[in-house]
Amino acid sequence: MTGRRWYVPWLFLLPALAIAVCFFIVPFANTAVLSFTDASTLGGGTFTGTHNYARLLHDEQFWQSVRNTLLYIAVVVPCLVVLPLLLAVLVQKRIAGIGFFRAVFYSPVVASMVVAGLIWSWLLSDDGLVNSVLRGLHLAAGPVPFLTDAHLLLFSAMAMTVWKGLGYYMVVYLAALANVPRSLLEAAEVDGAGAVRRFRHVTLPLVRPTMVLVATLAAIGSAKVFAEVYTLSDGSAGPGGEARTLVYTIREVGLGLGGEAGYASAMSIVLFLGTLGLSVAVTRLNSREERA
Amino acid sequence: MTTLQTPQAPVAADPRRPATPVPTARRVRTAAGLTGRYLLLALVFALTVGPFLWQLSTSLKGNGERVFGYPPQLLPAHPTLHHYAEVLDTVPVLHYAGNSLVVALGSVLSNCLLGSMAGYALARMTFRGRGLAAGIFLATMIIPFESIMVSEFLVARSLHLTDTLLGVMIPGAASGLSVMLMRNAFRRLPAEVEEAAVLDGAGEWTRFWRIALPSVRGTLAAVAIFSFVFSWDDFLWPLVSLSDQSKYTLTVGIQYLSGTFTNDQRVIAAGTMMAVVPLLVLFFALQRFFFRGVGEGAVKG
Repeated sequence: MTGRRWYVPWLFLLPALAIAVCFFIVPFANTAVLSFTDASTLGGGTFTGTHNYARLLHDEQFWQSVRNTLLYIAVVVPCLVVLPLLLAVLVQKRIAGIGFFRAVFYSPVVASMVVAGLIWSWLLSDDGLVNSVLRGLHLAAGPVPFLTDAHLLLFSAMAMTVWKGLGYYMVVYLAALANVPRSLLEAAEVDGAGAVRRFRHVTLPLVRPTMVLVATLAAIGSAKVFAEVYTLSDGSAGPGGEARTLVYTIREVGLGLGGEAGYASAMSIVLFLGTLGLSVAVTRLNSREERA
Repeated sequence: MTTLQTPQAPVAADPRRPATPVPTARRVRTAAGLTGRYLLLALVFALTVGPFLWQLSTSLKGNGERVFGYPPQLLPAHPTLHHYAEVLDTVPVLHYAGNSLVVALGSVLSNCLLGSMAGYALARMTFRGRGLAAGIFLATMIIPFESIMVSEFLVARSLHLTDTLLGVMIPGAASGLSVMLMRNAFRRLPAEVEEAAVLDGAGEWTRFWRIALPSVRGTLAAVAIFSFVFSWDDFLWPLVSLSDQSKYTLTVGIQYLSGTFTNDQRVIAAGTMMAVVPLLVLFFALQRFFFRGVGEGAVKG
């Protein structure tokens, strides 16, 4: 392709690139800079060195959000790696009506987190369906405080995340399962391997890279959890905000009343480094196990 | 698990059909397996759509009907659309839905157009700085939006974009994912597709618009759907950037509906149904593009 003027590619790129730079690269650089200042959200601010980061070390609210977020990752990631894989195996075989089931299992993915949150808060409220059934079957004396106890709220939010993510990762796994050669599975069957052994020794090693991908995506998604906790608690993150997550706290500190943009930026940098570290860690873990 | 041969199977005694025992045993096992499979499918079905159906049932129940207590009343005895009308009366839901639609359609248009333009340049042209440009788009995919939202708010405010629908739309107007999906699609096009046009002396824009773009319609559809759903479902950024209630999108408005306007579960349920049904319809109508998008986005993203 000769004779093209040098600026032609840039004309094609310009609009998208301008948006990426103005609304991602610049805010990111700004976040990094602000994290070393005492800027308020209204403006101003002077350079304060690493003061914000030192303050983080002794900020109980911040550590609470970090603990909650880590717990979220620790529970949600294994669930989202394993359950959608089992589900994909279940819907892989082309039996009658399977297309319908696949589509239906995907439908929670399409709903917004707010809608999911409202539906689940109705299910889990004190006089909601779950509590009515638990009491009706005499499994609980009083209403279980799914939404008003900080720990239970966090676990309810996790359950909702898993519920909403199942279908998405199921589709991701289906693509991987389709690539498992039929001949290998048939050979194993001829050798007398049952369904479970075929899955463990033939399918599993082949979908491993996809499991790593899913683990990474789920871990990063969980690190950014916000809407689940927010909508299930009507914006309060539980009594005293004790179910707060990192993003919840960033928003509260940076954009709430008396917003401290500088301090919230330091937290944001921690979040960024955390998600970066997570994806590196998952990849590392995988390559080490593969060598072993 | 290896006992496919069951010599004592009754059919084996039939002298005329000595070869049938294995298939019969197998058939019985397959039938059992199939039943088990459908039972599991039904269970997962109940878990995934049960919550939606319960919400739908609640929204259709009359004021005199029980929405809680044991045993739960699963179906409304006297279904009514009364609460849907009530939502429309108490909350400007249609106005919010209109706002969401404007933002979502704007996002579809810009992601398709700007994303494919950028993707085309990255895939089909060689020039200095291409790696840098691709790197910038990749960076936007790696940086979590949540980690820059405070600065994003400051940028939007300095551009007078807070409290505007344009401001809600623009950060996602040409997402890195759209650009990369389009780049990958254009890369897969064989070079010959454009060669004839080059010989005819067609310019870059003509080649892009007339030849390359129509060849990647499938990916374009996936990008359009992704952009629509992402924008329609987005909660955090509209929540952060909008304080003027008349600019609320549906997600922020519907969250606001619960607790603020009413505590009647039937009305809240009606409101959530109104927010989710259009998307479910869109999804069931365009399933294959949804699934295609997930496959491409997850593998390459």
